[in-house]
Amino acid sequence: MQEQIASLKADISQQISAAGDMAALEDVRVATLGKKGSVSGLMKGLGGMSPDERKVAGPLLNSLKVDVADEIAARKSVLEAAALEERLASERVDVSLPVMAHPSGSIHPVSQVMDEIAEIFASLGFDVAEGPDLETDFHNFTALNIPAEHPARQDHDTFYLKPDANGDRKVLRTHTSPVQIRTMLNETPPIRIIAPGRTYRSDSDATHTPMFHQVEGLVIDKDTHLGHLKGTLEAFLKAFFEVDNVTLRLRPSYFPFTEPSMEVDVQCSFDGGNVKIGDGNDWLEILGSGMVNPRVLEHCNLDPTVYQGFAFGCGIDRLAMLKYGMNDLRAFFDSDLRWLRHYGFRALDLPTLAGGFSR
Amino acid sequence: MKFAVSWLKDYLETEASLDDIVKTLNAVGLEVEGVESPAEKLAPFKVAEVLSAEKHPDADKLKVCKVSDGTTEMQIVCGAPNARTGIKVVLGQPGDYVPGVDFTLKKAKIRGVESNGMMCSYKELELGDDHDGIIELDTDAPVGASFVDYAKLDDPVIEIAITPNRQDCLGVYGIARDLAAAGLGALKPLDTSVVEGTFDSDVSVSIDLSADKAHACPLFIGRKFSGVKNGPSPQWLQDRLQAIGLRPISALVDITNYVSYDLGRPLHVYDAAKLNGNIVVRTAKQGETFLALDAKEYTCAGGETVIADDKDVLGFAGVIGGEDSGCTEETTDVVLEVALFDPIRTTITGREQGIITDARYRFERGVDSQFAERGMEIASRMIVDLCGGTPSRPFSAGAVPVWDKTVSFRPERVRTLGGLDLSADECVVILEKLGFRVEGSAPFTVHVPSWRVDVDGEADIVEEVLRIHGYDDIPSVQLPVIDHKAGTTLSARQKKSRAVKRVLASVGLHETMTWSFMRRDHAVLFEGGDESLVVDNPISSELDCMRPSILPNLVSAVQRNKDRGASGSALFEVGPAYRDDSEKGQQLIAAGVRAGARHERHWASPQQSVDVFDVKRDALAALDAAGAPISNLQVFAEAPGYYHPGRSGTLRLGPKNILAAFGELHPGVLRNMDIDAAVAGFEVMLENIPAQKKKSANKGALNLSNLQSVERDFAFLLSTDKAVSDLIRAVKGADKTHVEAVSVFDVYEGKGVPEGHRSIAVSVILKPVGETFSDKDIEQLSEKICAAAQKAVNAELRS
Repeated sequence: MQEQIASLKADISQQISAAGDMAALEDVRVATLGKKGSVSGLMKGLGGMSPDERKVAGPLLNSLKVDVADEIAARKSVLEAAALEERLASERVDVSLPVMAHPSGSIHPVSQVMDEIAEIFASLGFDVAEGPDLETDFHNFTALNIPAEHPARQDHDTFYLKPDANGDRKVLRTHTSPVQIRTMLNETPPIRIIAPGRTYRSDSDATHTPMFHQVEGLVIDKDTHLGHLKGTLEAFLKAFFEVDNVTLRLRPSYFPFTEPSMEVDVQCSFDGGNVKIGDGNDWLEILGSGMVNPRVLEHCNLDPTVYQGFAFGCGIDRLAMLKYGMNDLRAFFDSDLRWLRHYGFRALDLPTLAGGFSR
Repeated sequence: MKFAVSWLKDYLETEASLDDIVKTLNAVGLEVEGVESPAEKLAPFKVAEVLSAEKHPDADKLKVCKVSDGTTEMQIVCGAPNARTGIKVVLGQPGDYVPGVDFTLKKAKIRGVESNGMMCSYKELELGDDHDGIIELDTDAPVGASFVDYAKLDDPVIEIAITPNRQDCLGVYGIARDLAAAGLGALKPLDTSVVEGTFDSDVSVSIDLSADKAHACPLFIGRKFSGVKNGPSPQWLQDRLQAIGLRPISALVDITNYVSYDLGRPLHVYDAAKLNGNIVVRTAKQGETFLALDAKEYTCAGGETVIADDKDVLGFAGVIGGEDSGCTEETTDVVLEVALFDPIRTTITGREQGIITDARYRFERGVDSQFAERGMEIASRMIVDLCGGTPSRPFSAGAVPVWDKTVSFRPERVRTLGGLDLSADECVVILEKLGFRVEGSAPFTVHVPSWRVDVDGEADIVEEVLRIHGYDDIPSVQLPVIDHKAGTTLSARQKKSRAVKRVLASVGLHETMTWSFMRRDHAVLFEGGDESLVVDNPISSELDCMRPSILPNLVSAVQRNKDRGASGSALFEVGPAYRDDSEKGQQLIAAGVRAGARHERHWASPQQSVDVFDVKRDALAALDAAGAPISNLQVFAEAPGYYHPGRSGTLRLGPKNILAAFGELHPGVLRNMDIDAAVAGFEVMLENIPAQKKKSANKGALNLSNLQSVERDFAFLLSTDKAVSDLIRAVKGADKTHVEAVSVFDVYEGKGVPEGHRSIAVSVILKPVGETFSDKDIEQLSEKICAAAQKAVNAELRS
């Protein structure tokens, strides 16, 4: 019996090792441990044995059964590992292939700069106001102390719509200043607003386009003076250009809607065609400003003996050009995808005071 | 406004450097636009003499010259026809930069002959356009001297921008006054001594204006000069005019131009022999014509203020004079005009007739009304000095207007308005230097000088004090901190606009900004082009109408990008579109287009063209970002006519409120615009999205069920004239408690589906409430869903 079992085991072991794939191994398992298998057959024979024979044969057969099962399991792992190897080898790809990028669009630099400006002025307590592009003569000129036939009107290269039945014609606003008027007419001081938006003048070259963007600032209360204007502009320009210091030069100028009026230059350097704001020996004209003319306050039904304040206006496109290095304003409005990709901002590049404005 | 520094020094006693003059001009508000200083660039050039000039051995037109600069002799090959022995010339030597030709001289061989420099023309030295030959200096020019010194070129010309309020600085004298007040030197007095007239003029003047137009010409002073000689003006006068870009004409004309720039006092001279009778200031009759000094014939519209004689119109008052009555070299008797004309009427005449002159420029800004008589004397003296002749006694019509303007001034306003702490005394000193007379104690009564027509309030006085003191000393002050709640900076509309921009950029569209105006014929294609939105004076015919939609601009941009080689475009713009010219007619629209392939060619994904569903997706993304309730929107298969009628739709909240339109653009419209790409687009009307109710930031606790949802698929047969959206709505509404989500995962038309029908495969997620579903529950729900689909759109379950 003992020899018979040993021989059978050797035979089975040989069959197991010879099994080259899972199907062959399964055949061995069925032929040995299956219901009609050789080992199962011997196990069945135990029932017909005497107790003494059984005492001897039982452990031997059980051991055989366990050994065969273990060997099959071991062989199975080997075969499975080999099969997995083979599969993995067959699944190899060239990971150097280029992938398709997630769709990514861009935000126009003017939008980005408007967001930057709003963020800075929000921290100074300003709201963002708006007004229509098609303005009345009153809001665009008269209320701003620019009466008909005033020489200052000639500087505006104004676009007009065709006159209506009453002979009135709308103006394509030449500046964002009419938003000052609308705000003062509708709100009671204290007022702190900025008003970004589209503006129009009949002009076209590398730094002038018939449509452009301006931002207006207006502060009205009882005791705001020129020193506040200076402080506010410094704070704004420092934050906007992300520099430690800006030096401003206020030059007396003339705008009918402010008195005193001044143009504001910022100290800068021109290095190889690049403007650097904050230091240097040159001056760059950056905006116009002044204390709101008492006549403008009167036009807005505010008592100029009680209220005063400052206003300023600044080209947004120009700010963008200075900060981000574009050299031709016309390209801002040309929708050239190459330009938009180059100068545009990612959707999630939200300017914040905490996170900064440029990367 | 241009002037030479020497001219300024006629009136300003100063040792200030050019640099200081420029700085001070800027500081007082006279913005320097440029300084031309020929001395610097011409410093190396010398006066030299041509000792001999022989024909070049190998070139007919060249000469080989021996030239001496007093110390050395050199050989120079020269092509100028006037190069000849004995003349004095301007010499440039190797190493010298010649500005007019942008070239640095070096030793050279010209046709085999050595040449060691250049004799220059006016053009080569940027001193004029003359290039017919080299400069010939006077025979007494000292050889070896610096050309700059010899030609007195060391006189920089400054150009400043004059703001419209500063008429007083349209004359050199006024500029000197400002600089003197700012501490740059002392203002010299004007010689306004009277030139005695010796006879009564036979020409007189009258002002014939109705009472309502009397302001058109309050004063006209005339003076006749007999026996003048009107030749070329003296060199100094010609030089001054030329330096500021004016062409010398004749002594009389040059005098009028000179006084205009010297004192801001426009003048006019008439040839007395050409006048028919007397001078009259009147309004023009319609159709009257005259030939003006610019050699153009003008026809009066009627109503302009004109200067006329008994027969003809001579000129537009304050704008331009007439050619026929003008002075020439033959003029011997001349009438000088010194008048005051109304700024507004001058402006209107100039604008309507399209005439810009130095006189108009000054009159429309308001000339000094009290200076007319003195101006007359100064001009008279120049005429007598330069042209001889005898002056008549002045004659006039009208009267010098009364000037008595005072402003009450509290000196502390310099601090409370200007932010600068300055004593009352300092304010007074500045004002007096500017010619203001300050009376009494604070608040002062300040008498405004007649040349400062712009000053009429306390704020103006504050500005005068600040501008002369200098703005640099004003300390910066921060605005006080005020209550400002987070999130209140932007209006709801602005927040919508911002959110939409960011989301559209994140789904692959590039934001652009295009003109608010466009071609009217294209606007018509987009349901616009209304007369009320046509620009009266467009910059070009391509931009003559306010846009009714952003799409046409984006479509044109697609074509431009295609022409530049882009395979596809994905653009959007958030901006205005105009329905009419009212405030409400301007609407804030988010519009976008996609054209060409959905993406670049790529190995992992077949290329597909964009279609209506891409832009519908964009529109929904934009609406969602803007806070629209997108699950409540209804899709209508109707859109504006510029969309493809079968491939477009609108998204509405209720039947009337259209929140968005989307679709492929109508091929006919694209063809009319010469667009050769297929384009799909969308427009989201941001202002039509209802305001969201102000909700608390707190969203409450979320209780998530542990019970598993069940997914069931249905295939419905739907008639092609029914909308899938209605089917979805019916399925969703079949059991609002348990139907959690509905999606369409297949649409099939063709074999196995009856004609006129589609098979719509719908997946429904059913959510158990309280306990898990039994088979019976699910069966009942399925029946409800089928019944609802059947009832709503007559959809049958496909067997």
